[in-house]
Amino acid sequence: MCGPPGLGWPCPGRDTVARVGVYLDSATAAPPHPVARQAFLAAAEDGWADPGRLYTPSRRARRLLDAARETAASVLGVRPDELHFTAGGADAVRRAVEGVRRSRDRRVVVHTAVEHSSVIKAAGDAAVSVPVSRTGVVDLSALGSAVNSPEVALAAVQSANHEVGTVQPVAAAAELCAAAGVPLLVDAAQSIGRVPLPGGWSLLAGSARKWGGPAGVGVLAVRKGTRWESPWDDGVPDVPAVVAAAASLRAVAEEARQESVRQAALVAEIRRAVAQTVPDVEVVGEPDERLPHIVTFSCLYVDGEVLLQALDRAGFAVSSGSACTSDTLRPSHVLAAMGVLTHGNVRVSLHGGVSAGDVREFLGVLPGLVAQARAEAGL
Amino acid sequence: MTHVIDALGKRCPLPVIMLAKTAAGRPPGTEIAVLADDPAAAVDIPAWCRMKGHTFVATEGDRHTVRL
Repeated sequence: MCGPPGLGWPCPGRDTVARVGVYLDSATAAPPHPVARQAFLAAAEDGWADPGRLYTPSRRARRLLDAARETAASVLGVRPDELHFTAGGADAVRRAVEGVRRSRDRRVVVHTAVEHSSVIKAAGDAAVSVPVSRTGVVDLSALGSAVNSPEVALAAVQSANHEVGTVQPVAAAAELCAAAGVPLLVDAAQSIGRVPLPGGWSLLAGSARKWGGPAGVGVLAVRKGTRWESPWDDGVPDVPAVVAAAASLRAVAEEARQESVRQAALVAEIRRAVAQTVPDVEVVGEPDERLPHIVTFSCLYVDGEVLLQALDRAGFAVSSGSACTSDTLRPSHVLAAMGVLTHGNVRVSLHGGVSAGDVREFLGVLPGLVAQARAEAGL
Repeated sequence: MTHVIDALGKRCPLPVIMLAKTAAGRPPGTEIAVLADDPAAAVDIPAWCRMKGHTFVATEGDRHTVRL
């Protein structure tokens, strides 16, 4: 396939296209679900007009937008009028935080130390970080005391961690927040479309690219009765992208039960095999209460980005929370909060297109690449 | 006496690699202090102790002390 027409790109050779390899970073962005592409193309034909106008092309766009909202709301278990489409996951989080701050006229956000960086950035200086265990589970008694302060606007507890896969005790956190009269924001970006969602929240945020929809579309559900106001002008929604997001959400949700069982078995196999075949390795996160698609480990004496690039050359796309050579120089705040090894870190995240054969191939090359990286470091 | 490793200005995983090389072959009870200003060292040196069965003593500023 050539690059998009109109951008003046040369047509890449077949080799370039063929060497995509095995993509193991769905926790950053899942490959687009085929339904997303079909829905986008159909809606681009029919739904390009501003859905807020009164003429016929606009009414068509409006109908598509309403249908997308109803579809996504039904998958998420919310009412259509509780659901807002946003310009991505980070935008959903920012809107949640600022909307509650304005409405409740308080600033402080209590959040777990392992929230996604978008939550930590949105919270800013007026924030209280709640510690987690070695496996990444939030300390509920610390959360309970932190939310019992009159300055607290909002608490944020993710449904499950995006770097290590640990599932958080959201139901218990929700009870603590309800007792303190503090609304709870759940960043469910890694859970939506994969596993049943927790209850008890006031606001729920997600990101379409994590479930196989387009980038640049997020969801924010705000339960009726929550003190929240839209903090900024909503702007004009990208109707074709929103339609693609909703259609792909329904498609992945229909496959979720089967896929999560299949992926959880592969994750368990990776956890077992890595611990057995790679010396001096720490497999991190909760062993059982975890997402079906994410697995993370850290290899002693290895630069994570060197390992990431070696895996890339071998045809495997993974992510790393290590910062040895990156611009930020700060290791992952998630791994640091857990107190686990931050260097030599690799996160593998699965999706419907990853086969058992792909995983075994990965497990086959990994020990040699780790040994090579250590040999280069003189060990 | 405490062995001191100067890993100031060295990025992860070098401070931990230098620590492992110094620790190799030394008897239990040996104290090693790693001077490291890489932000990862404060997490990774205690993690190294836990993984290798050594004792993490303390972090004071950029000085991270372990006991074999």
